[in-house]
Amino acid sequence: MDIQLLADRPTAEERAAVDEVLGPPVSSWDGARQRRPVDEHVAFGGSAARAGRHLLLPALHALQDAIGAVSRGGLNYICERLTIPPAEAYGVAAFYHLLTVDAPGTPVAYVCDDIACRGAGVADLLGELDAGREDGTRIETSPCLGQCHAGSAAYVHRPGVPAHRVGVAPASAPGVLGALRGNAPAQAGAIPVPQPVTDRRVLRRVGAVDPASLDSYREHGGYAALAWAVERGPEEIVAEVEASRLMGRGGAAFPAGVKWRAVAGQPGPRYVICNADESEPGTFKDRVLLEYDPFAVIEAMTIAGLAVGAATGYLYIRGEYPLAEERLRAALDQARHAGLLGPVSMSGMFDFDIEIRRGGGAYICGEETALFNSIEGYRGEPRQKPPFPTEAGLFSRPTLVNNVETLVNVLDIVSEGGAAYAATGTESSTGTKLFCLSRDIATPGVYEFPFGITLGDVLEAAGGVTGELAAVLVGGAAGSFIGPDRLDTPLTFEGARAAGISLGSGVVMPFAVGTDFADITRRIAAFFEEETCGQCVPCRVGVVRQGEALGRLTTGRSRTDEVALIDDIARAMRDASICGLGHTASGAIQSAIALDLIGVS
Amino acid sequence: MTIELRIDGVPIEVEDGATVLDALQLAGLDTPTLCYGPNLTPVNACRVCMVEVEGSRTLVPACSRPAEPDMVVSTNTDRVRHSRRLVLEFLASSVDLSVAPGVGAWLDEYGAEPSRFGADRATVGQPVKVQDDLYIRDYAKCILCYKCVEACGVDAQNTFAISVAGRGFEATISTEFDVALPDSACVYCGNCIGVCPTGALMFKTEFDMRENGTWDEDRQTVTETICSFCGVGCSLELFVQDNRIVKVLSPLDHDVTDGHLCIKGRFGWEHIQ
Repeated sequence: MDIQLLADRPTAEERAAVDEVLGPPVSSWDGARQRRPVDEHVAFGGSAARAGRHLLLPALHALQDAIGAVSRGGLNYICERLTIPPAEAYGVAAFYHLLTVDAPGTPVAYVCDDIACRGAGVADLLGELDAGREDGTRIETSPCLGQCHAGSAAYVHRPGVPAHRVGVAPASAPGVLGALRGNAPAQAGAIPVPQPVTDRRVLRRVGAVDPASLDSYREHGGYAALAWAVERGPEEIVAEVEASRLMGRGGAAFPAGVKWRAVAGQPGPRYVICNADESEPGTFKDRVLLEYDPFAVIEAMTIAGLAVGAATGYLYIRGEYPLAEERLRAALDQARHAGLLGPVSMSGMFDFDIEIRRGGGAYICGEETALFNSIEGYRGEPRQKPPFPTEAGLFSRPTLVNNVETLVNVLDIVSEGGAAYAATGTESSTGTKLFCLSRDIATPGVYEFPFGITLGDVLEAAGGVTGELAAVLVGGAAGSFIGPDRLDTPLTFEGARAAGISLGSGVVMPFAVGTDFADITRRIAAFFEEETCGQCVPCRVGVVRQGEALGRLTTGRSRTDEVALIDDIARAMRDASICGLGHTASGAIQSAIALDLIGVS
Repeated sequence: MTIELRIDGVPIEVEDGATVLDALQLAGLDTPTLCYGPNLTPVNACRVCMVEVEGSRTLVPACSRPAEPDMVVSTNTDRVRHSRRLVLEFLASSVDLSVAPGVGAWLDEYGAEPSRFGADRATVGQPVKVQDDLYIRDYAKCILCYKCVEACGVDAQNTFAISVAGRGFEATISTEFDVALPDSACVYCGNCIGVCPTGALMFKTEFDMRENGTWDEDRQTVTETICSFCGVGCSLELFVQDNRIVKVLSPLDHDVTDGHLCIKGRFGWEHIQ
């Protein structure tokens, strides 16, 4: 491919950062500084170089980590190495909020000002940070960082080799400013899993197992499920997952067994993806599993790989989860050394390995088809379905995508058998569910209950609402508000459907009387404005028009007109958007209006 | 092989591999489209061609959805009309569609009232990029249909000078780091102008004449000829006003060009003026 590069050259630092990801260049054709005699006669690169396009995002991250920005020279060097047109690579870099294309690199703190942290003095914190920050550092607000139990949070990125990437939660001004200077964060607080271990199933190893030790994981029963799976073979694993009637826990509640069967029946090569791009405001359950039980996620992915006949798995983790990423990388190394990845040598041999891909700060990349594009090195824009991922997913191959929580459930399904697993919960919602409680609740954290528990009992189990309950947001920004008269709603997939809500990712966020719901709903509207990819018109413009109408409504302008307008916008977004982001971007706002929470009458 | 589907209750037979839009056109239904181009891969981004398909939870883009046997398609339901109306309102309220062919009629047909989103609504208004003598980029008129990116890329030119950059409402068509076109990979084939549905990409001649108030399509004639620069045989449509060439296109259905040209056929005519 004949591509025109920029004239800008990389610095030695930029070159080293990119080479760390891509390896040294083969020849002067793909970026080596020395031209060897053979380069005059033989062309290197071509389709082999282009096949590395999936390394574009990791290479961009490497630049961002090293110098705090995607510079012209650095981007140009990546393009030379991978044979990517600079305009395309720039379009990809400019898509991600954690990549900087328009400014020199600086240490930066992203401070959560989303709905869970919003009540807790975030304006004061931002003021203190702005006053206290050193020159040459940046403070930016951020959508939910998945630390909602702490009530305040920041993600700090200080460029260097290696970059200093840390989460600070709860976030105090001294803590964040220290992290910007490169200090390690104070010891993490208690693990946000308040229930006694006897009440937990999916979460039972959290806090008990040492996340840094494979031996510890094995002592807690780890890799017994894989041993069983290897012995019984793919057909039986898929049959057990079907028998369990496990429904996906990522938000869409699709039957997992249907996906596994469909992918297993397609011609190879096939892929397995663990979707760990947890970004729904109010959600932090997957982070807890990834940070405190990383081997479980790896084991479950390995079982999935064996079941559907995939040799490669990708674990796509949110860029704002540095601790989880670090622990997963360490766990992957240990598993490889122990012969549990790479060539997996148990009683039967099979090939399966896992690559980690770090997200770049884009909620939309949790949408499975956007996630494929992100891994492949394109802008994280969703694809029109059909075709469905089970037929044409990652690299247009059959792909199994499951959420972290869904996958960890598979361990018990395999160990106990699908039928035994299905004995817990209800007919249509089997097993247990993780719920993320934050905001106006006595004891925030991740809770696990068998399906069937009511909303009221979940709130009660977490110590009850602090103050008088005004409404509960179920399902996050893509979910909806539900009033205090509906506490008897069972939090099952069928119960939620009957109540006209969605469990989504398991967010249960109570708000007390006195909450400024005008502010909360405006933040939700702003979230979708920041996070829409912009590909399709109904969503790109719809979320902006929705935000404007809500702004007018909450500042006391004509209620009937604006509510009708919001309903009109919502209907078009729901009917005509490409993906779930547009379909769900109005639910919380419309429900808040219906419950009269905004208080304009 | 042919397949049969029903459109608004009427059975229609199409070739296997045809899209729903092909079937709608065969049925004689006028369907609004913006991001669709007969010479481009469908990206189904504008969502103005949406139809209702029985069994589908959401509406379906006609331009990209393959027709399936026994599919039941409705084009004139309340849902379809509502979505088309809102999409047209979203576009007309945020983008300057004043020179976009066909859009005015659709706005009337679907009863669109872009002004209902308020006077202080956000728009993509921005200054025109005039960086050379051949064509201009007025992104205040851009609906982000991706057609120029496709024509610059694998659908025609394989030059890849432009991409969508940024995200959401702020997204724009851009060169790398927004460098000026002459510094980019652009080879000035002008194929992006040929596919642009809104006049965001425009010959500099047309742009200047519009600025001066002298652009008058009623006084223009179109002369078809064959480009004489090389032996490929590209068909040219010379738009002539007052005995001067003002722009050059190629028919989208021409079997040599598919509507695409090179810099010589597109812009190489000053010497005969």
